[in-house]
Amino acid sequence: MSAFVWLTILTALRILARNRLRAGLTMLGIVIGVAAVIAMVSIGEGAKRAVQAQIATMGTNVIIIFPGVTSASGVRGSQGSAVTLTVSDALDLKKRIPLLADTGWTRRDVMQIVYGNRNWNGPINGVSPSYLTIRDWSLTSGAPFTQTDLDTAARVALIGQTIVGNLFEPGEESVGAVIRIKNVPFRVIGVLAPKGQSAQGSDQDDVIFIPFSTAERKVFGTSFVGSVGAMFGSTDQVEDLPMAAEQIREVLRARHRLQTEQEDDFTIRTQVDIGKVQEVTSETLTMMLFAIASVSLLVGGIGIMNILLVSVTERTREIGVRMAVGAKRHHIMMQFLIEAMTLSLVGGALGIILGVTGAKLTTLIAGWPTIISSNVIVIAFLFSLVVGLFFGLYPANKAARMNPIEALRYE
Amino acid sequence: MSSLIECEDVWKIYRVGDVEVQALRGLSLTIEQGEFVAIMGSSGSGKSTLMNILGCLDQPTKGHYRLNGIEVGNLKPDHLAGIRNQQIGFVFQSFNLIPRTSALENAQLPLFYRGLSLKVQRAQAAAALGRVGLQGREHHYPTQLSGGQQQRVAIARALVTSPSLLLADEPTGNLDTQSSQEIMKILETLNRDEGITIILVTHEVDVAAYAARQIVIKDGQVLSDCVTKARPRSSPVEA
Repeated sequence: MSAFVWLTILTALRILARNRLRAGLTMLGIVIGVAAVIAMVSIGEGAKRAVQAQIATMGTNVIIIFPGVTSASGVRGSQGSAVTLTVSDALDLKKRIPLLADTGWTRRDVMQIVYGNRNWNGPINGVSPSYLTIRDWSLTSGAPFTQTDLDTAARVALIGQTIVGNLFEPGEESVGAVIRIKNVPFRVIGVLAPKGQSAQGSDQDDVIFIPFSTAERKVFGTSFVGSVGAMFGSTDQVEDLPMAAEQIREVLRARHRLQTEQEDDFTIRTQVDIGKVQEVTSETLTMMLFAIASVSLLVGGIGIMNILLVSVTERTREIGVRMAVGAKRHHIMMQFLIEAMTLSLVGGALGIILGVTGAKLTTLIAGWPTIISSNVIVIAFLFSLVVGLFFGLYPANKAARMNPIEALRYE
Repeated sequence: MSSLIECEDVWKIYRVGDVEVQALRGLSLTIEQGEFVAIMGSSGSGKSTLMNILGCLDQPTKGHYRLNGIEVGNLKPDHLAGIRNQQIGFVFQSFNLIPRTSALENAQLPLFYRGLSLKVQRAQAAAALGRVGLQGREHHYPTQLSGGQQQRVAIARALVTSPSLLLADEPTGNLDTQSSQEIMKILETLNRDEGITIILVTHEVDVAAYAARQIVIKDGQVLSDCVTKARPRSSPVEA
């Protein structure tokens, strides 16, 4: 760096140090703007990561198929109220669509579960053995269902962490215990690993899995044998999900003998679709952040421009002297631009410190997850540089265009 | 070899609204290297305009001004700035030091725009301060210096680039008699011992008496131009 630039930076810093209060107030807009952006992006990123983790708890590359709704004289039932999906649909899908790695099915109902003198009302899920694999659901202890369990409608159950917490004393061995569901005794053969909240906010650990055949024959008392509450499929590659979903639709429409003009009697959702909903939400958040950031940086920039205009006027004579002793226009221009950028960069640096501290405090006090990305810090820093440059241009140009004679005569 | 300053039928016309002001009206003037010239005249005579043109801060509307043989009339502002930096030193009535900046840094200012290394700048500025008798005051701020000392810093600033021309515009106008004499003696010494061309604008006769040649301007033209002495030997004020 040339001696000129170097000395100009030193001079700029000295001028700022001399007018500390004024410089501080001028920088405030930039400080707050940068701090707000960093804090909010960190919180937003943390939230986004948490949501992504929740979506990942669905399993890997999952497709969910719900039955359609019943319609009696125009009054429609809730989602999944129709009994249009069956076990044979699921088996046939797997056979006919090579893209599908596996299919599984489930039916659920909330029922009372009793163990000893405790009871709990929890959702009972009759599931195919493949269901656990599709949803990447592992066990902390015990063993999963076997095909024999399904074939013989064995009275065995896998229970979630919330159920364990509500039915058993802390430290009590739950595997091997016999619980009763709707007065039918079930032996607990395994405990599910915790999954936490679903993307919709429900507790995924409040769950009991029993073999589908057992549920159908011994617990639910189904009038339509083979009907399922939901079907699951999975693909090996995430890119295959839309294609697989389309093929599932075609197969199901054919199996259900739907005419071209008839609507689907089922709904297909892929993990990608659910992720997209979240993406839209986070896009909205990003847009809002961008708006806030723009406004505060604009205000900060105008503050810098204002104080620089004051400074240019105050130092008119100095500018005249500098021109008289041989400063060219670009020298004067550089001097004020460097002052502007020093202001905005020092402001940006303070803002980064404040923003990172704010994000860390949020995690510490409110317990929200925050992720401070170095990208945001670099962008914030560059942005403050650009703000300084942009809003410094007008005052610097004004100074550089002064007539030395008039500037020297200025009182 | 051409003269240092050649003015040939120089006109300067300002336009203030609809009114045309003729500040210089066909002024011609030649000043040789090494002269000590006083320019005198009442206010409104055009002497300030002439100083601005001689100092390359302004350009004539008509006519020719050659400095060291270079026609200044149609140069661009940045080119003029370069000439001021290389060839001209300014001393103003109100000192015009940069406030809250040390004497050394003030004296350094013209070198600042020459792209010299910081070390060289400091050494040359310190030497210039030494020439005006301000050794040991390098780190004083203007507010810590007397008027005469401030003007000496300004002279050091003008000298630091080794200019061929030193322009002093009422250099003693804001000073008491004793400081005025000190400043004039410094200028006199610089002219006599170092051969620096000095052009001095003043309306005080005793100050003008230090110069070897006195030019009186009136209504934008040279009214009188007389050489009063070959070399000033002693101060007329004391005589």
